[in-house]
Amino acid sequence: MDRVLPQPTPETQHFWEGCKAGELRLQRCTLCRHSYFPPRPFCPACGSRSVEVYAASGRATLYSYVINHRPRPDMGKEPHSIAVVTLEEGPRMMTNIVGCPQTPEALQLDMPVVVSFEMFGDIALPLFMPAEG
Amino acid sequence: MKQRSVAVVGAAETTRLGKIPELSVIGLHADAALNALADAGLKPANIDGVATAGESPTAIAHYLGITPTWVDGTQVGGCSFMLHVRHAAAAINEGLCKTVLITHGESGRSRVGGGSGFGARGGASLMGQFEAPFGVTSPPTMFTIPALRYMKTYGVTEEDLAMVAVIQREWAAKNPRASYREPITVDDVLNSPMIAWPFRMLMCCLVTDGGGALILTSAEHARDFPTRPVYILGTGESVETPMVSQMEDFTTSKAFRVSGKKAFDEAGIGHADVDHLMIYDAFAHLPLYGLEDLGFCKPGEAATFIRERNTAEGGRLPLNTNGGGLSYMHSGMYGMYALQESVRQMRGIAPAQITDAKIAVSHGVGGMFGASGTIIFTNEA
Repeated sequence: MDRVLPQPTPETQHFWEGCKAGELRLQRCTLCRHSYFPPRPFCPACGSRSVEVYAASGRATLYSYVINHRPRPDMGKEPHSIAVVTLEEGPRMMTNIVGCPQTPEALQLDMPVVVSFEMFGDIALPLFMPAEG
Repeated sequence: MKQRSVAVVGAAETTRLGKIPELSVIGLHADAALNALADAGLKPANIDGVATAGESPTAIAHYLGITPTWVDGTQVGGCSFMLHVRHAAAAINEGLCKTVLITHGESGRSRVGGGSGFGARGGASLMGQFEAPFGVTSPPTMFTIPALRYMKTYGVTEEDLAMVAVIQREWAAKNPRASYREPITVDDVLNSPMIAWPFRMLMCCLVTDGGGALILTSAEHARDFPTRPVYILGTGESVETPMVSQMEDFTTSKAFRVSGKKAFDEAGIGHADVDHLMIYDAFAHLPLYGLEDLGFCKPGEAATFIRERNTAEGGRLPLNTNGGGLSYMHSGMYGMYALQESVRQMRGIAPAQITDAKIAVSHGVGGMFGASGTIIFTNEA
């Protein structure tokens, strides 16, 4: 079964194009400097429409997660993490932690992780893996 | 309606009309909202009431950065906004909120983004784009995600989560209508099938069929009815976000805190005045968040409070005395059953009746920590 995928909208296009280009794109307010996610064409902190897109570092830490023992059909048959990471720039996003055993021992809160884009059809999903060293 | 008591101070449409392929439905709501805010000289932070149709008010509030104490998602078709104006006027007159934003947006021609009403997870909704691709399915894989952060922050263990289910089963044992009444132990809970670590099956609510209904009238009129009137002493509500990943802090629910404080302020009571408490328990961590966010326990102290049997029979704060969503029943939107048990306790007819209970608090959650409502009842006129 094919992976359930996002349908980008005009307001989120830059994010998904960034993923395909290997770049995690966030937005920030040019007035109050607040960085935010998910994408929208105005600042949720102050309401200003003066916002810009920029490339985030891709570095994050593991904020919280579950290990789903009843995976959705498109997610395979093995238990897998559904995680939320805190990006170095502040915003949080949902993801999967990949490239390590899907166990409580291997998945420690606050561990450093880095973004790793994985192509599914025409979409690159931002997944995260444990950071080297 | 009190004549001339409420006025319109901001009004605007989307920047353009006609064909707007660059904005999705929620973007059209937001564009119109930002224009109306500019018309009124207000910022999103000045708004404390949100009404909308098509989109959920939770999604609109979070998208715009609003923390409301009143929302209205009445959806009855094209005239929904007339009803919103009327409901907003009542809410403002009642002091539930001060400044209401009513939004509308539809991509009727370009069909961009579709609607994302309550619970929508279509591929173009924000949840569809930024949560669904990572394997979330039903509440057991979403509502549970914040819990590990809470557990690490406060040293709360899987045994602590299990104890919530154990004590609620004790209450259920006293209730002939409860779905599950057989006693369980912490080991039983920790040996039940794994659903989404750290959550086991017995830490998750039931899935059952059922329904409930309430009838309300004025206090003056209430005396003419055959049952003991149960008066509303205080109310609160708020929403935070339709996306659990975007909660401000995974160790506490902003919607719970805002809703609870408003209800206690309206009621003019302290926590020691509360005789009976219901906290919507879709999962075992919910009563922990509820006890802390409503102010009954300090942050991180709820698990100990429960373990020391303060919420069990004979304890000083009887909690979820019907057995809760974990043992009584849970048809999907359990808030109605929490209210029903509060009313039974205030009438003095509950199977596990708390002697001389005079004040009951009923606290509900909607979505995955997305929304909250708190009702405080009393049986004293």
